[in-house]
Amino acid sequence: MSKIIDGLYYSESHEYVKVEGDFGFIGITDYAQHELGNVVYVDMPEVDDEVTAGEDFGAVESVKAASDLMSPVSGTVVEVNEALEDEPGLINKDAFENWIIKVELSDKSELDSLMDAAAYKAMIGE
Amino acid sequence: MTEEIKVTCLHDRHVALGALMSPFAGYDMPIQYVDITTEHNAVRQKVGVFDVSHMGEVEITGPDAAKFTNYIFTNDINTIKAGQILYGMMLYPDGGTVDDLLVYRVDDNDFFLVINAANIDKDVAWIMEQAKNFDVKVDHQSEQYGQIAVQGPEAEKTMGAVLGIDTTDLTFYTFKKMEYDGKTIIVSRTGYTGEDGFEVYADPAIICKMWDQLMEAGVQPCGLGCRDTLRFEAGLPLYGDELTPEISPIAATFGMFVKLDKEGGFIGRDACAQQKAEGTPKKLVGLELEGKAIPRHGYEVLDGENVVGYITTGYHSITLDKSVAFALVDRAVGALGNTLNVRIRKKVFPAVVVKKRFYTPNYKK
Repeated sequence: MSKIIDGLYYSESHEYVKVEGDFGFIGITDYAQHELGNVVYVDMPEVDDEVTAGEDFGAVESVKAASDLMSPVSGTVVEVNEALEDEPGLINKDAFENWIIKVELSDKSELDSLMDAAAYKAMIGE
Repeated sequence: MTEEIKVTCLHDRHVALGALMSPFAGYDMPIQYVDITTEHNAVRQKVGVFDVSHMGEVEITGPDAAKFTNYIFTNDINTIKAGQILYGMMLYPDGGTVDDLLVYRVDDNDFFLVINAANIDKDVAWIMEQAKNFDVKVDHQSEQYGQIAVQGPEAEKTMGAVLGIDTTDLTFYTFKKMEYDGKTIIVSRTGYTGEDGFEVYADPAIICKMWDQLMEAGVQPCGLGCRDTLRFEAGLPLYGDELTPEISPIAATFGMFVKLDKEGGFIGRDACAQQKAEGTPKKLVGLELEGKAIPRHGYEVLDGENVVGYITTGYHSITLDKSVAFALVDRAVGALGNTLNVRIRKKVFPAVVVKKRFYTPNYKK
């Protein structure tokens, strides 16, 4: 059974946003990392890049396949998780601890269209 | 219209082992049991076993068997004796590839062909059609055989200790028929991993029994996921990616398996001779990228900003810890050492043309 954390926002494409003030930490869910298998590469944007809700901002890759990362929110990238460059497998160890990008949110109302933990749990059928 | 998916004789065992299953070539096949990296490393370092029962088998017998087999096959079966095996292709008259296959020379009038699962129906129809003017019997035997591949540096030891099959008399690309549980089985020193190893063709009940013995002995079951990463590192083509009806073995630079001057010729011979003389517009090359970004099948290859080809297979190589690929590119830009670019999503990464064999195979010759 996948780990799901209360208080985060979830997208249908299995990303989460953890909000702290005007910032959001974006990563993939525990369910997603499990479905993907061993992560061997994370394609991340650069600091100051813009991300748009519903559009891809990079990819997580297993040995076999690449999965696009879709941003659940819009904003400006203020930090990328550089630890993932050397150790992408951190996402498999703890997907919620190892966020991928930190974004300065440009429109916090976008969060309203995302799922809460209970709704996400229902969506993945657990 | 969807055809019902087929299963191999080992299907229930894969499911019981918790394998990730996926359709491949019309069969519900195991992709991985644990993960691709673990299974890949088991084969490189120790031993692993694959269910390859989906592969097709065709036996050609009769007075014209040798002449006919050589006519539909690019390699020259007159260079081998009974008990030996050759790799090569069947071609269309224009040089495009029908399939790549193994030919086992059982005796002078008996040849055993091993073909790709995805191509079984097409190949059998093709062989039957070509056989019309020859005195041969074409016997499609795919349903009669299960097949396992035991691969890795400990394969010979495993075959002896676990299955009780002495293979010390087999050299690379040779085989023997032997009695096992009252039935005839075929054991060959072949594989698709770049390691020493064996393939066993036998009645499905025997294959199941062997599989159970291998599991009991703790041999790593390996899925199609690592079968692809292993063959790729060793520079071996996959039909559908590196060889297709549009990609001849000459374009794919596997010309060493195309014997243009053999007696009697073969289907596709003249097209291959012309391609060899004039050079094909595109050729298959190896590419090595800096960094960890992974080139995948279908990604564009660029020379400066011009698209000059595409990736046929690419991985972050497990054994080499490098991102490498096969790519079909314009001949003019395919020289070793040339720097091209690969588009990976929104970014472009430099890639140097290198030899296609990324990993030096450890065959027991």
